[in-house]
Amino acid sequence: MTSAWPAPSVVAVSVLQVLGVVVGGPLLVGLMRKVRCRLEGRVGPPVHQPLLDLRKLARRERTRPDRASWIFSVVPVVLVATTLVIALVAPLLSTDPAFGWSADLFALIYLMLIGSVVLALGALDTGTAFGGMGASRAMTIGALSEPALLVAVLALSIPAHSSNVPTIVARSLAHPAWLATPQRLLSLVAFLIVIVAESGRLPVDNPSTHLELTMIHEAMILEYAGADLALIKLGESMRLIVLLALFADLFVPWGIATAPGVGHVVVGVVAIGAKVAALGVALAAFEVAVAKLRLFRVPELLAGAFVLAVLAVISALVVP
Amino acid sequence: MTADLLIAAALVGLLAAAAGAVAPERLRAEVVSVLTVVASGCGLAVALGVLRSGRAAVVHTGRLLPLGGLSLRLDRFGALFVAVSAVVAISAMIFRLGYESHALSSRTASCVLPLFVTALILVPAAASVTTFLFVWELMAITSLLLVLVDHRRRSEVAAAAQWYAVMTQFGAAALLVALVLLATHADSQSFIAIAARSAGVPAWVRSTAFALAVVGFGSKAGMVPLHVWLPRAHPEAPGPVSALMSAAMVNLGIYGIIRVGDGLLGGGPAWWWLLLMGLGALSALFGALHAATSTDLKRLLAYSTTDNMGLVLLGIGASGLFASTGHPSLALVALVAALLHVVFHAVFKGSLFLSAGSIQQASGTRDLDRLGGLLQRMPVTGSLFLVGSAAIAALPPLCGFVSEWLLLQALLHGLPSSDLALAIALPVGVAVLALTGGLTALTFVKAAGIGLLGQPRRAQAVETREVRRSMWAGAGILATLCLVFGVAPFLILPAVLDAARTVTASHVLDPLVRGWHVGLAGAPGALAPGLLGLGLLASVVLTAGIRRALQRAAVRRTEAWGCGRELQTARMQYTATSFGEPLTRVFEDVLSPAHDLDVSHVAESRYYVEAATFHTSLEDAFERHGYRHAASALGWWGRLARRVPNGSVHRYLAFGLVALVVVLVVLG
Repeated sequence: MTSAWPAPSVVAVSVLQVLGVVVGGPLLVGLMRKVRCRLEGRVGPPVHQPLLDLRKLARRERTRPDRASWIFSVVPVVLVATTLVIALVAPLLSTDPAFGWSADLFALIYLMLIGSVVLALGALDTGTAFGGMGASRAMTIGALSEPALLVAVLALSIPAHSSNVPTIVARSLAHPAWLATPQRLLSLVAFLIVIVAESGRLPVDNPSTHLELTMIHEAMILEYAGADLALIKLGESMRLIVLLALFADLFVPWGIATAPGVGHVVVGVVAIGAKVAALGVALAAFEVAVAKLRLFRVPELLAGAFVLAVLAVISALVVP
Repeated sequence: MTADLLIAAALVGLLAAAAGAVAPERLRAEVVSVLTVVASGCGLAVALGVLRSGRAAVVHTGRLLPLGGLSLRLDRFGALFVAVSAVVAISAMIFRLGYESHALSSRTASCVLPLFVTALILVPAAASVTTFLFVWELMAITSLLLVLVDHRRRSEVAAAAQWYAVMTQFGAAALLVALVLLATHADSQSFIAIAARSAGVPAWVRSTAFALAVVGFGSKAGMVPLHVWLPRAHPEAPGPVSALMSAAMVNLGIYGIIRVGDGLLGGGPAWWWLLLMGLGALSALFGALHAATSTDLKRLLAYSTTDNMGLVLLGIGASGLFASTGHPSLALVALVAALLHVVFHAVFKGSLFLSAGSIQQASGTRDLDRLGGLLQRMPVTGSLFLVGSAAIAALPPLCGFVSEWLLLQALLHGLPSSDLALAIALPVGVAVLALTGGLTALTFVKAAGIGLLGQPRRAQAVETREVRRSMWAGAGILATLCLVFGVAPFLILPAVLDAARTVTASHVLDPLVRGWHVGLAGAPGALAPGLLGLGLLASVVLTAGIRRALQRAAVRRTEAWGCGRELQTARMQYTATSFGEPLTRVFEDVLSPAHDLDVSHVAESRYYVEAATFHTSLEDAFERHGYRHAASALGWWGRLARRVPNGSVHRYLAFGLVALVVVLVVLG
């Protein structure tokens, strides 16, 4: 931990991380869509289709509902910008990204929260029923999933004596047996449920729904078009890949670059790419198998995640 | 020198009060505001001087007050609270310049307002039991009068003031007993003497005094279950007064708990602090839940005060628990986090209450269900409210995040622990922090999103215009501080650390890393809020630049999607009630909302509905279950007592005789 200006090689790794998140996010969404289609017996669009969609949208005109204020136009920018900062400082490829010492796991969660909050504000700014509906539901789910996430993080931080991601990762690499302890497994499940809820996937929310009344996330972004919509789509795919990459770091850390050097970084890139892709495929396969929960059953799911996280903390205290 | 300034602050405050009583109505608001700003400025100067030098400002006169005279001693711990009160008071008084309130310009109100501010500055400086109780009561009574100023126009005001009067006097009685108990056993009423001799006081006296102090000070800080007055009185007070109450006065409840628990008693057994943590956790959850479901803007802010004070109590409790289980360094960190949250809460809550006052004055209502679209009509006030909301929701890089982060770190580093109390209390603490964090984000998305964004829901909100410059300037000072302290916490951290060290007499040297990054000394993991802020700014500029490069055409204004309907009215929007409805449903067992659906049918056919009205209300569970029974028991007792004096002279003579005999027996 030092406040000195980071070395060029470290900065290069961070830039690589940001690029990986920006390009990898849409590719991950494309991959998940492809897997879903295949499992449902359809051919599906190519994996890079979301990137093509982004290119198309970026050239289209931006619109804004006639009664919305400036907040509406700021939302897509802030959503992408906060995720960029997370991609810069979070240890995804290597345990020592530039400025990695400036934010721990709690800070990353609160940075994510900025994105959720501005999305809800943008939805309310449209002055329509759908915007309010989406914002209300998304914030209720967020308010219930955040505690589960923070307590799960606490369960991971207790044995490492730190909420710093590199410290937790270093400890897992040094003590592989620790990965199979009850607290890890319990917090893993809690973490997964929260990722599903936060990124608006089934069974909490259906990203491909076209029925307004069942929408959560899609209802919030209904009014965006053109370059704004491109940013929102990019931002949400970036959030998904960041969450999955963090999950991979915390629970399956092998392969992450622990030292500078081209070899380590190449291994890191391949490892994180494979892990995230595998997680994405698993999530997509899971989505095919489940149906969307009724909205008022979702809190029960999240309460379950919270209880699991609390159990994880308790077992972390009992079984050090 | 600093002592002279302290006297000057009090004298200018009295002068302002006198000016308020005699100045002609035309000049009253200006004269009172300017003089009160000067008084607060003196208070701020003393506080900063004491914080810098560490030398206490001492004023002692044998006269002025009965029983030992006036005794003031401002140490670093008190100075922190004086500084906070002074900054809030200065902002509130600048706001007052533009605030149009006939009631607040009356002779009484103009006289009482400076007295209230003076009392806020003097409470942390009081150094003896009589002085403390005198200024404490001065603060309580002046604030009560200020809550009452609007009682002619609205009937709820009187009811709110009644609640406040009962609760504050109940609290004062508890404090009186607690402090007198300590003073008797220490054989002196000076705080220094009590602190020096409290170790020799029997344990039951110490515990009783602490419990009574928690009751007395906790009721002032809005601690559940003594909070019931707060969500009534704070909203009913005029704009600047509610900011002073919610951002400065509640802090003094916290001040008192720390002063008595850590200062006078010098810490205590673990169960004191577990009790405090429990009450804090309850306050935080209960306050956050009610704030999330409130639809009255100022009531929502008041409940959120209960929530934040709960978090502070959680931190103080954790600090005491760490100290009693042998973790002095963590104890200091937790106390610093709690105090930092007090300071930051004052900054963002002051700004939010002042902005809410502007909104109420400009639109004529504080009911969120009637507001909407204010950001376009009041751009400056709306933006300030957004900044305050982001700060209270703990979004980086604003100040609320830093204190919550530090509190989380303090709780985290206490684990794993072999001590059972710690092992149970700390995870519960983190869970409470996390749950209130999520609920607060929802609350303030609701407050800002429903109140400021979208379309106006009622005609009043359409006509709203921006308020006068001095009003938003007052709120702006505090909103700016939210950002400054958020990116550069090192500006305030040393002062808070010194204050915490002074009151606990802790010898821990440097438990915190502080510079551009904050963290616990010797532990990996830190936070650089300034750097994060810079990164956010840079990436926002970058992203906006890319969007601009991709799409140069101006944004086209369109009509919003309405499922093919042509007309979209403002009534189709979500209201604050509907926004909070899913949450109300999730927490139905705790909140037990009352629904009342009234459907009237067309006379010809039962199948056609003529009109339907739907009412939903949420009552405070403590009020419904606890206070109503207590009030009816008191009434019963009163009626019983009324039977005793029945007008018969013989009976009164008998009472006199019995009383005389009892006195003789007791004294003999």
